[in-house]
Amino acid sequence: METDGSQAVPILKLDGITKRFGALTANGDVSLELHRGEILALLGENGAGKTTLMNILFGHYVADEGKVLVGSNDGDLSALEPGSPNAALVAGIGMVHQHFTLAENLSALDNILLGTETLSALKSARLPARHKLENLMSRSGLTVSLDTRVSQLSVGEKQRVEILKALYRDARVLVLDEPTAVLTPQESDTLFATLKKLAEDGLGIIFISHKLAEVLASSHRIAILRAGRKVADLPSDGCDQRQLAELMVGHEITETVREPNQPGAPLFVLNGIFAGQGRDVLHDVNLELKSGEILGIAGVSGNGQTMLARVISGLETAARGSIQLEGVDLGKASVRQMIDSGLARIPEDRHRDGVVGAMTVSENLAIESIREPENQRFGLLRFTELRERARNLIKSYDIRCQSENSPARLLSGGNIQKIVLARTLETEPKVVLAAQPSRGLDVGATSDVHKRLLAVRARGAGVILISEDLDELLRLSDRIAVIHRGVLSAAEQTEKLDRGTLGLSMAGHSEEDAA
Amino acid sequence: MIRLEPRGPVAVSRLIGVSFAAAIAAVVLAAIPMLFAGLSVFEAYGLMAKGAFGSLFAFTEMLTRATPLILTGLAAAVAFRAKLWNIGAEGQLYAGALAAVAVGTGMISAHPIVLVPAVVLAGALAGGLVMLGPTLLKTRLGVDEVVTTLLLNFVILLFVQMMLEGPMKDPMGMGWPQSEPILDEAALPKLMARMRIHWGLIIALVCALGVYFLLKRTVWGFEIRAVGENANAARHAGIPVTATFVRVGLISGALAGLAGVGEVAGLKGYLTADLSPGFGYSGIVVAMLAGLSPIGVVFAALFIASIFVGADSMSRATGVSNYLADLIVAMALLCVLVSGLFLRFKVHLVGRNARKEAGR
Repeated sequence: METDGSQAVPILKLDGITKRFGALTANGDVSLELHRGEILALLGENGAGKTTLMNILFGHYVADEGKVLVGSNDGDLSALEPGSPNAALVAGIGMVHQHFTLAENLSALDNILLGTETLSALKSARLPARHKLENLMSRSGLTVSLDTRVSQLSVGEKQRVEILKALYRDARVLVLDEPTAVLTPQESDTLFATLKKLAEDGLGIIFISHKLAEVLASSHRIAILRAGRKVADLPSDGCDQRQLAELMVGHEITETVREPNQPGAPLFVLNGIFAGQGRDVLHDVNLELKSGEILGIAGVSGNGQTMLARVISGLETAARGSIQLEGVDLGKASVRQMIDSGLARIPEDRHRDGVVGAMTVSENLAIESIREPENQRFGLLRFTELRERARNLIKSYDIRCQSENSPARLLSGGNIQKIVLARTLETEPKVVLAAQPSRGLDVGATSDVHKRLLAVRARGAGVILISEDLDELLRLSDRIAVIHRGVLSAAEQTEKLDRGTLGLSMAGHSEEDAA
Repeated sequence: MIRLEPRGPVAVSRLIGVSFAAAIAAVVLAAIPMLFAGLSVFEAYGLMAKGAFGSLFAFTEMLTRATPLILTGLAAAVAFRAKLWNIGAEGQLYAGALAAVAVGTGMISAHPIVLVPAVVLAGALAGGLVMLGPTLLKTRLGVDEVVTTLLLNFVILLFVQMMLEGPMKDPMGMGWPQSEPILDEAALPKLMARMRIHWGLIIALVCALGVYFLLKRTVWGFEIRAVGENANAARHAGIPVTATFVRVGLISGALAGLAGVGEVAGLKGYLTADLSPGFGYSGIVVAMLAGLSPIGVVFAALFIASIFVGADSMSRATGVSNYLADLIVAMALLCVLVSGLFLRFKVHLVGRNARKEAGR
C-alpha cells in the first residue's frame, strides 16, 4: 500500500452537507473524508440519508449548506460545482448505481464508450479504447467479454461493465450503491477482492450498504448515518456487528428467535408448475408447504422468484401443473379466488404492487376486502366502519402516519409494509406468501415483519418466504429450497444448511460439484 | 439553466389555485397576439366579458354553450381518472346525437314523459357502446385506446354524414344533408321562455354530482381510483381491473353521448354533420383544467364557454376573428400542463456563469 504519503490530503471531502426536503432533514451537517486507496463503507438504515448524500456528491441534488471538495492530483482541494453530474464526472467521480444504467442492446465496449466520444469519433475511438480497457482489465481482474451484448451478460458481469465504465473515465473516486444486493455470496467475495485491488492502486472507494458482515470484512473505515446525521466514523478493525447495528439503529436490538415447532399436515402444494417465458420462467416447480412451517426460497434475484410469486398470487396462470390449498384446486384461480380461499400475499415490490400511493391509508387497508359487507352496502362505501377499522389496524400494527386519511405514498417503506401486513394478516389466512418482505426495510421494521411471520407460523398457518437475504432465510425458515434459472431444488432442513452450500446452489452448482 | 427538484405532497387548495392561475395566465398570454392585431386589450376583454355576462341573454347563451362542455368534460375526467385515455368524446357525442334523432323523429310516438327519457337513454347508450369497442380492444389485446378512440371520431362522423345523405335525410329539407326534426314531444324542454337554454344543463349538472358521488362514495368509484392510480396494486389486491375499465368506458361514452343528445334534442332540433364545433376535444381541455375533478369540470366548462361566447360577441364588434377563443383555450391547456410541472417540481434557475467556472 502506498497510501501513507498521501494520507494527509483527502481525495474527496464533504464539508458540512445539509439537505432539507420540506420539514425533513435528509442530511444534517454531514462531513466526510476519503483518502487515496481507502475503502469507506457508508452504513445506515433506509432513510438515513445515504443515497441523498451520494446524490449530492454526484450532482443530482444541490446541498442547502456545505460543499463538496475534490482533491486534484497535486494535492490541493477545490470545490465541486454543485448540481452538475458532468462536473462530478470531470472531477473523476464515478458512480455505480444499484440499478444498472446500461443499454441492453449494445456491446459492453460500446456501453463503456457511450457518452465519452462524439458520434463521429466513435468508430475511430474503439481501438484505443479496447487497448486501454484490456490494460485496465488485466490490472484489476475485472474481466468482461467486451464484444458481448449486455443483454447476454450475467448480473455480476453487468456490474463489472459499470465499474469499468467509471474506470475508463479515469475515476479517482468510485461510489457503489448497494453493490451486493444482486450478487450471490461468491460473486460478492469476488467483487470485494477486486475492490481491494483497485484501492491498492490508489482508487478511493465508497460503498453503500446495510449488510454488516460485508462492511466489516471489506472496508478500511466505516461511516454510519442515522436520521441524516453522521453518528460514527471509525476504523473497521476492532468493530463488531452488534456495535455497528446499535449505532445504526440508535438503541439496543433484540433478535427474533424461531421457537422449535412441529410442522403439521401438508397445506399448500405446487405440482409440476411450468410458467413464463424468457428469463423469468418456472420449470417443473414442486413445493409442499406444511402447516406451522416457514418454507424459505433462496435464490439470486431474477431466477424465477418473481414468476413463482405471481403464480401463487393468482396474477399469472401456470401453463402446466397444479396448485392445491388444503386439497382444493386453485390452478386457474383468479387473484380474488386466491384471497378468498385463505391465501395472503405480501408483494416483493410493495410500492408498485402493495399500495395505491395516492389513496389514503384507510383505503389501502381495505383495498383487498372492499366488496365485503363490512366495507360496503348496496355498492356504497361505509365510511364510518372503514375509518374505525383503519384506526384499529393502525394501532395494533403500529403504522406511523399522520392520520388514516394521509395518502399512503407519504409513509416510509416500513410503514407501507405494515399496511400490507395489517390488511393481509388480519383475516387470519391459511397460507402467507411473503416475497422479499424485508427488502429495503430498516432493522426495526425488519424485526417487526419477522415477528409477524413467526406469529403466523405459531398459530399453525404456513408461510412461503421468498428472499435474497440468506441471514433472514436461515433465521426464519424451517426448510429452505433454492431456485436457480426457474428450477426449484428440494427443500432441506435449515439445520443441515449453511451459507456456503446455499451460495453454491444459488449459483447453480449441484451438491456433487460442491463435494 | 433550469434545474428541477421533486416536491413533496400537494395540498388541495394549491391544486385549485393552479387551475385559476393557469386560466389567468392564458388570458394574459392571449393578449399578446391581440396587441399584434392592433386591438386595445382591455376593450377587447371588456367586450368579451359583456358578450358572456353582459345581459340575461348573453348569460343564458354562455350556459347553453357550457352544457355540452360539462358533459364531454366529465366524459374525459372520469375516463382519465382510471387512466383510460378516451380521446373519442367527439365521436361518442355524434353517436349519441344520431341515436337521439333515430328515436326522437317518429320511430316511436308517446307522451313526452316516456319519449324524452327514451331519447336521453338512447343517446347515452349509443355513446357508451361506441366506447365499448376500444375498451375491450385495450383490455383483451392491449390495443392503445388513444389511437382507436381518436380514429373512431372520423369513422363516426363519416357514418353520420352517410346517414344524413341517405336513410335519415329529411325529405322536406330542401336537399340539405340534415335529419328530420325531432318531435316536439321528444325535445328537451326549454328552461326559460324566448331563450335557448334547455334541460340539458340540468342533466349535465346532475351528471357532475353523480360522477362526484360515484368516485367519492361508491365501491365502483373506489375501484376506478385504485385502477387509475396504480393498476398493478389494484390487480394484486384482487380488484377486477378489466371490469372496471369496461365500466369506466361505458360511463365515459354515455356522458359524451348525452352531450350529443342535448345539442340535438335541446338546442338544434335536428342533426347536421356540423353539430359540434369540437366539443369532444374541448372536453379534454375542460377536464385537464379542472384537474379531473367532476365539480371542477362545471367551473372549467363555464370558463371555456364564456371565452367562446365572449369571443364570438367580440369578433362581431371588432372584426377580429373568433379564432382568438381557440387560442385562449389552447393556451389554457398549455398553462395547465406547465403548471403541473410546478406542482411536482421546485424549479431553480442556475446562473450560467457559475456553471462555466466550475465546468472546466
